[in-house]
Amino acid sequence: MDDFLRRLTALIKKEYKQIVRDQSSFIIGVVIPIMMILLVGYGMSLDVKDVPVAVVMQDPSPTVQDMFSFMDGSSYFNPRYVTTYHEGVSLMDDRKVDDRKVDALVVVPPDFTESLRKGGGHVQIILWGVDPTTAKTAQGYMEAGLAAWQQAHMREYMTSYGTRLGMISVSARQWYNDANTSTWFFVPGLIVLIMTMVGVFLTTMVMAREWERGTLESLFVTPVKPLEIVLSKWIPYFFVSMGGFALCMIAARYLFYVPIRGSVLIIILASMIYLLTTLGLGLTISSLLKDQFIACQIALLVSLLPTVMLSGFIFDLKSTPEFINAVGHIMPATYYMELLKTLFLVGNNWGMIVKNCTILIVYGLFFFGLSVVVTKKRLE
Amino acid sequence: MDNILFYLRRILFIIRKEFLATVNDPKSRVILVVPAIIQTLLFGYVASFNLDRVDYALLDMSHSHYSEELAAHLDGSGIFRRVATLGNTGQMAQFIENGEVSGVIVIPADFADKLVQGQTAPVQVITDGRNTVISSLVYNYVATIAASYNQDLHLGKHLLTVDSITWYNPNQITRWNFLPSLLPMISLIQVMLLSGLSVAREREQGTFDQLMVTPLTSSEILAGKAVPPLVIGLLQALIVLLLAVFWFHVKVIGNLITLFIVMFTFLLSCVGLGLAISANSKNMQQVMVYNFVVLVPIILLSGLATPVRNMPQALQYFTYINPMRFAIDAVRRVYIEGASLAAVSPDLLPMVVITLVTMPFAAWMFRNKLG
Amino acid sequence: MTHIVEAMHVSKVFHHTASGHPETALQDVSLTVEQGKITALIGPDSAGKTTFIRMLCGLMFPSEGQLNVLGEDITKKAEEVQDRLGYMPQKFGLYEDLTCMENMNLYADLHGIPEEKRTERFNKLFIMTGLAPFTGRLAGKLSGGMKQKLGLACTLVRSPDLLLLDEPTVGVDPMSRRELWEIIKSLVKEEHISVLVSTAYMEEAELCDDVYILNKGRILAHGTPEEIRNRSQGLSYWMPVPQGIPARVVQSALLDEEEHIEDAVPERGGVRFVIKRGETLADIQALSLYPSCKAVAIPCRLEDSFMMILREAQKRERLMEGFELDYTAKRHISSHVDIHVHNLLRTFGDFVAVDHTSFDVHKGEIFGLLGPNGAGKSTTFKMLCGLLPASGGELSVAGVNLRTARAQARANIGYVAQKFSLYGTLTVKENLRFFGGAYGMSKKKIFERMRVVLRMFNLEGREEDIAGQLPGGYKQRLAMAAGLLHEPKILFLDEPTSGIDPLARRTFWRQITALAAKGTTIIITTHFMDEAEYCDRMMIQDQGKTIALGTPDEVRKRGGDNLTMNEAFIAIVEDNRKKEAEENG
Repeated sequence: MDDFLRRLTALIKKEYKQIVRDQSSFIIGVVIPIMMILLVGYGMSLDVKDVPVAVVMQDPSPTVQDMFSFMDGSSYFNPRYVTTYHEGVSLMDDRKVDDRKVDALVVVPPDFTESLRKGGGHVQIILWGVDPTTAKTAQGYMEAGLAAWQQAHMREYMTSYGTRLGMISVSARQWYNDANTSTWFFVPGLIVLIMTMVGVFLTTMVMAREWERGTLESLFVTPVKPLEIVLSKWIPYFFVSMGGFALCMIAARYLFYVPIRGSVLIIILASMIYLLTTLGLGLTISSLLKDQFIACQIALLVSLLPTVMLSGFIFDLKSTPEFINAVGHIMPATYYMELLKTLFLVGNNWGMIVKNCTILIVYGLFFFGLSVVVTKKRLE
Repeated sequence: MDNILFYLRRILFIIRKEFLATVNDPKSRVILVVPAIIQTLLFGYVASFNLDRVDYALLDMSHSHYSEELAAHLDGSGIFRRVATLGNTGQMAQFIENGEVSGVIVIPADFADKLVQGQTAPVQVITDGRNTVISSLVYNYVATIAASYNQDLHLGKHLLTVDSITWYNPNQITRWNFLPSLLPMISLIQVMLLSGLSVAREREQGTFDQLMVTPLTSSEILAGKAVPPLVIGLLQALIVLLLAVFWFHVKVIGNLITLFIVMFTFLLSCVGLGLAISANSKNMQQVMVYNFVVLVPIILLSGLATPVRNMPQALQYFTYINPMRFAIDAVRRVYIEGASLAAVSPDLLPMVVITLVTMPFAAWMFRNKLG
Repeated sequence: MTHIVEAMHVSKVFHHTASGHPETALQDVSLTVEQGKITALIGPDSAGKTTFIRMLCGLMFPSEGQLNVLGEDITKKAEEVQDRLGYMPQKFGLYEDLTCMENMNLYADLHGIPEEKRTERFNKLFIMTGLAPFTGRLAGKLSGGMKQKLGLACTLVRSPDLLLLDEPTVGVDPMSRRELWEIIKSLVKEEHISVLVSTAYMEEAELCDDVYILNKGRILAHGTPEEIRNRSQGLSYWMPVPQGIPARVVQSALLDEEEHIEDAVPERGGVRFVIKRGETLADIQALSLYPSCKAVAIPCRLEDSFMMILREAQKRERLMEGFELDYTAKRHISSHVDIHVHNLLRTFGDFVAVDHTSFDVHKGEIFGLLGPNGAGKSTTFKMLCGLLPASGGELSVAGVNLRTARAQARANIGYVAQKFSLYGTLTVKENLRFFGGAYGMSKKKIFERMRVVLRMFNLEGREEDIAGQLPGGYKQRLAMAAGLLHEPKILFLDEPTSGIDPLARRTFWRQITALAAKGTTIIITTHFMDEAEYCDRMMIQDQGKTIALGTPDEVRKRGGDNLTMNEAFIAIVEDNRKKEAEENG
């Protein structure tokens, strides 16, 4: 046991010096996480805000102006007003020249006020479909705005109203995300992304480097045990990754004001468990392939893309085909993602904590064990 | 004339060598094709903000004819699937928290009364804020169904009718805008890796010195090194395009030649970036790290997942040096709306500038970073 | 227990090879290493030396046979045996980001050496290896020879029961090599460790107690160096050469007469040769070409027997076409200067890599560039080829500075780099075709020349082989073929013979001799000092400065009387260093 600790300390000391002296580990372990936090936190937003809209007022009556007053006060829209249909279309059509100014048109026909008085006004919304997400959201808000106006003015215009029924209005409440900002759901996901990438990529790189440079061949013929080699990679990069994690937590709390409603301790614990998986996966890949270039490519392929696409980082697995959903649920990142989002935004949901942590522990032990098994003191 | 032919012939020799070096290795052959296909299929299925199915729970405190009718409208929509009918507000939490439902629809006790009295009768949609995109989608769906129910209630009599059309993408399918973005996206990564490693690998293996003592000029080597990643990138884009058209049935509206010109210009700028990184690196590990540092902002700030318009102004200025941002804009517009070459040409300009800066830099570094 | 290593009928077959066919690396090898002795394993490339040593370490297991190391079956008790071993792989895996001291401490920790014992041991090792002034330097910043010595020091942090050294001196200069051997010798004496070393240097094998000759996975001979040496007793001769004929030409004449001659090398201005057993001097026709020169019998040496044994086992390759030679042609060196270097200077920051070096190389000359590791040979080379800008001074190759001249000027030169630097994933033919194209040759011309060089270097039948998977000697030939494809006027060879076996080296020099006779100017660096004898003129650099320049005869005489080139080299370098040290106080 003494021997074990002594050798392990020696190897860890060596690893530490390498981390300090080789800027690659620093860049991947620190620079990239910081860059991602800032870019994702500030740069990525799915919140539809200030959508440029042109209102084609072919009938510029006060009624129409009143009807669209909801836009002026709204943070969703940035309206401009034109008078002809042609002018409106030219603001949005960019098939011939690149000067699109708006994402949506609202067309008010010339006889609108007249028709309204007769009990049947008609408005057309035209949306720019290249960005369907914005289109759909903008459409929803516009329709809601117009419906509210209709509700308020119905009586006024429709004296001969058939039924005396009122109208249904739909109001939305988003739980867990009072600020209604996508940053809140991006940031916990970002932590998953960084932990996966740093964990897998960093260990793959440094372990493959040892194979390639022949340093392991020299180490093998010392009393070192495979477990010690694996642990000596695992422990320092565990701390490097936890450093990236700490940066994320600080940024989440103090830069982006994301609430942490669950237990911070459990977040930290779950992250530590998750690192068991990612570091183990990286060590396994590099020990199996022993070639830095191929190993790094594989590491990128198995870590970055699936985490972004399949873990529920941006896209909800619930809306994908069953098969893809199942694939997503093979990945440990999916469980970690679900857990983090819940712990950040919802609170301590013990059922989920126990279930997901158990799954993560199983994965972690599996990959850690695998990395020990494949690191054989053999050269064939 | 002879000189030009001579020049071209030598470039052809390097191009052939580069291709052979890439394709002779079975491992790299696999890496060229398989990930492109898998990624396109995965992204194609996953990258969707369209909900085919919304699991919801109903909390009907009104217990009235109207509330039942509204629920029937929801259940009959083909999208909403009721997984639970709740008895009180206390039950909502567990369903939302565990992610069993995407939303809870709450119909208040006075719903029917208000309706009958001719007042506005509010219905509340409670969604899971852990995914704001899904939340707003659910809200929109409910609002649409409520609107159609309103119409039914008033026997079609309306003060105001609103109809919407969406240009180029009438059903607002997000896949239509995601798949075209994958053309630049997937080829970008491969091209950066290939061109990034091309010089560094030769440096590491010592063949670069061998190359530098031949009469090949830096510009010939540059041209020879640029073409293979470019062609491979275009082939990958073609794989994505074929899958998008024939597997996911997203039609190309624009001109294929225009699309090709856009992709060509874009990939050329990526090759320039890759070669500049490569020529400036000592070994492959350095290239991998630099590539990582460059790729992360290129992808995050490209407008691929989130619109550029949503970024803070400072970052928006930063995107002007990001070829990917312009590539995604141009490809989407050509692909989906059929924009002309003239219309997308402003997008091409930044890419050309990047090419003109990086390529000569790389060629210069070939000879000036040695030993 | 006297048998430290006991191998009984050991075989090793690799099943997962790049070519897809199983390859037999070792076949029926039986060998013993005895307590307190140095046992050498010598043999040509791909003889199986590395594989065998790796099996002794338990890094690979034998496919058949019994292998006991330190009394244990290595396949069963690998870890226990590893605890007691010291193993230095061919390229020792030093951590380049760590300093010498940190590397040593790491291995000391792994072996569990207590702090108090370290100071003494480390001091001893650092003084032995001459690394004492560099303990704080990063391992990555050491020269090749120093890295090897540090590697050895790391394996010796504690006294192992068995020390395994896999070609510890490849690419290491004679000074460092001698120092390494002194360390090994003194260790055996003081600490009674047993050593198994593989080497390509025969003079190193002579220092051992027991020698095994391994070829193509089989043991060809075993005995003490003396026993093996005596196999060629009475067969070795030395002859002077006629005035004006280079020794290498006479040597070629002898070497080409393979039916009577086992081996021939230029030595001390004349030619040393070994005749086949049963032959007499009178049988040798080549000698009649030089009636004025009389051969005298000289004592045999291990290399003579080694060559003899290898030639028996291995059919000699026919001399490739295109290397015919006029054995009586006089040395003809034109007055035309092909390479002119004057006051050449190259600095890296404060470090002066090449310090005001001047020399000329004439057309048709073989010019040798020698020096210890880090002397500035490679830097000089790179500047000549235009791969590195000079910090000062003049240089011209074929009348121009290749760095600034038009690209076409580079068509005049051929370059064969230190390590194999052709495209490993391309076939032999694809490589040649590419370089032909790079030199702007026409399709027809490429085709013609390709046939010529393939034949010259006996690569026919290997056209479709993947270059990276060729055996070492063939790679070197391919590199030469590629370098000569465009018929350059000047050929740059950077340590072309490093790591290749004596047989292949004979062939290589035979080819160079023929090329020079045809008027190709050749400039070459080498670590084998005896190879300087092939050169017309040579230069020795140390620490960037020129310390000797002249014909091999002149240089040898500067070192002292009746020395081999190796001895002369060491004498000159040490003498110069001593002088420098005195000047600097």
